[in-house]
Amino acid sequence: MTHSLSAPKVAATVHTMEEFDPDAKLSFGEWAGKNLFNSIPQTILTVVVAACLLRFFWFVLNWGILDAVFYTTDPDVCRAATGACWAVIAEKHRPMLFGLYPYDQQWRLVVMMVIYLITVVVSLTPRFWNLKLLVPFWIVSVTSIFVMMFGGVFGMPFVPSTDWGGLPLTMILFSGTVLIGMPVAVLLALGRRSPLPVAKGFSVVFIEALRGVPLITILFVAVNVFPLFLPAGVEVNKLLRVVIGIAIFFACYQAEVIRGGLQAIPKGQYEAAASLNLTYWQTTTRIILPQALRISLPAITNHIIAAMKNTSFVIIIGLFDILTATTAVMQDPLWRRYYIEAYLFVAAIYLFFGYSLSLYARQVEKWINTGRI
Amino acid sequence: MSANLSENAVAATPAHQPGEAAAMIEVRNVSKWFGNFKVLQDVSLNVAKGERVVICGPSGSGKSTLIRCINRLEEHQQGTIIVNGVEMNENIKNIEAIRRNIGMVFQSFNLFPHLSVIDNLTLGPMLVRKMSKKAAEELAMQFLEKVRIPEQAQKYPLQLSGGQQQRVAIARSLCMQPEIMLFDEPTSALDPEMIKEVLDTMIELAGSGMTMVCVTHEMGFARTVADNVVLMADGQIVESGVPEEFFGNPKHARTRTFLDQILKH
Repeated sequence: MTHSLSAPKVAATVHTMEEFDPDAKLSFGEWAGKNLFNSIPQTILTVVVAACLLRFFWFVLNWGILDAVFYTTDPDVCRAATGACWAVIAEKHRPMLFGLYPYDQQWRLVVMMVIYLITVVVSLTPRFWNLKLLVPFWIVSVTSIFVMMFGGVFGMPFVPSTDWGGLPLTMILFSGTVLIGMPVAVLLALGRRSPLPVAKGFSVVFIEALRGVPLITILFVAVNVFPLFLPAGVEVNKLLRVVIGIAIFFACYQAEVIRGGLQAIPKGQYEAAASLNLTYWQTTTRIILPQALRISLPAITNHIIAAMKNTSFVIIIGLFDILTATTAVMQDPLWRRYYIEAYLFVAAIYLFFGYSLSLYARQVEKWINTGRI
Repeated sequence: MSANLSENAVAATPAHQPGEAAAMIEVRNVSKWFGNFKVLQDVSLNVAKGERVVICGPSGSGKSTLIRCINRLEEHQQGTIIVNGVEMNENIKNIEAIRRNIGMVFQSFNLFPHLSVIDNLTLGPMLVRKMSKKAAEELAMQFLEKVRIPEQAQKYPLQLSGGQQQRVAIARSLCMQPEIMLFDEPTSALDPEMIKEVLDTMIELAGSGMTMVCVTHEMGFARTVADNVVLMADGQIVESGVPEEFFGNPKHARTRTFLDQILKH
């Protein structure tokens, strides 16, 4: 360290650790004096910003809590109040959350969502990462999710996928996108770096072509154009077509992210694997991909969160995901004035899932850094 | 052929008598270009079973390229390389057969950073030699003890010192039980105080009768261990001979200059 070597004369210019963490041992008063009020312009700025913040929080407090109506079945009560009308959520939550799904069958969606959340949590917990356990578990849970959604057995009426909607639809679209999209992305990324001209050419053309068009175009092709190429009488479920369309779009972006990770792997790793006589696939799955995916994890998470929100594009082909369902519900003339409250509710749900994903990704990075996975 | 290191190291001289066996590695008139640059010019080198060859020379002389051609990390464009009777060519079967006989140690270790030491060692035996996890782990521990770091088995490579990492890399190669070991400047990336522990491991390995080709600047190691010291310069073999001749009575001016430079300090 410099300070132990420096003579007293130059000690004043030597940077000490305290200087780099200047607020380490200050009381609030000292801290504020140093950082908020240390010059006249800064004092003015502090006062103005503080006034704006106070005004904003005062408004949020009044509108959101003090003057708000939390529960009523009568829209006129809301009309009389000056604050938010949270009652609209209690009144309309079922069509918002469940879309066009038959009203008396919506309990099935609640069961489905519980199974879904349990499946996700179990699958993401390292303690359960054992395929002998997980594969049967996935088979059971996915089967029961689809039994709940479609019905048609155990006395539950059949509900076609065109009537699915709301949050369960968003969950299915999102999970389908990631589960189909990630393996495709890995294959495209590997293909693009492959020495085989056919694999490389295909990956490059596929990625560049699909990245270059809007998602809406892909959905339109999946829904309206693709069936024209099928022989008469053959039909592929519309929801499945949409999921595959979004998944491929997702995969093209994710492939480039993963390729970035692949490029960061030093040549020596390939050479060490080659000198151990590992095959291409052994090298790829055991040496290269585990490292490449770790490196690109932050960017991968980024795209996964974006994919969750992209699911709302299904509006253009007439599926009612949670956002579209809310828009539709808010056409009700009695309650339409309170669309802000309804959209805040939907935003909170997106935020919950999006933030959970980032928290989980952060945890995974921690596990990686401590060598746990 | 057993890959075990013998305990009484150098004393147990391997059975290498002249004219006893055909060459284990036969490099005949090999040339290689990087673009327009001819990095190997008509190089020929024979290594007998159990022989220890040290290749030295200034940087850029093609010594690393030469040994990387022996297990096809680089492709030679002219000449023939035959290892244990198998010719090195595009045939993937031949490449695999040759690599099965060869272990390689790199300057930058090239351990797999996402795997623990024990997993680094068991990966090859399990995937390539189809050993059970238990057998592979026993084998790995055996070699970790030989390189004297069994207590580090559960750690990750980046938690170890450079010398320890290189010893793990040597153990990883030995787990494949090769008949030939190639060393590509194994001590060049190490701090001086760690060079000795790696060289000791290599000396011990030499004592076990392993066929070794080492690219190194450690002239002390060459003197102690080598049966044949080779000087390369500008893609050619300038001089080769037993250590006494090579160091005591070098024939070529190029060798004398090189030895002067490297031994002076």
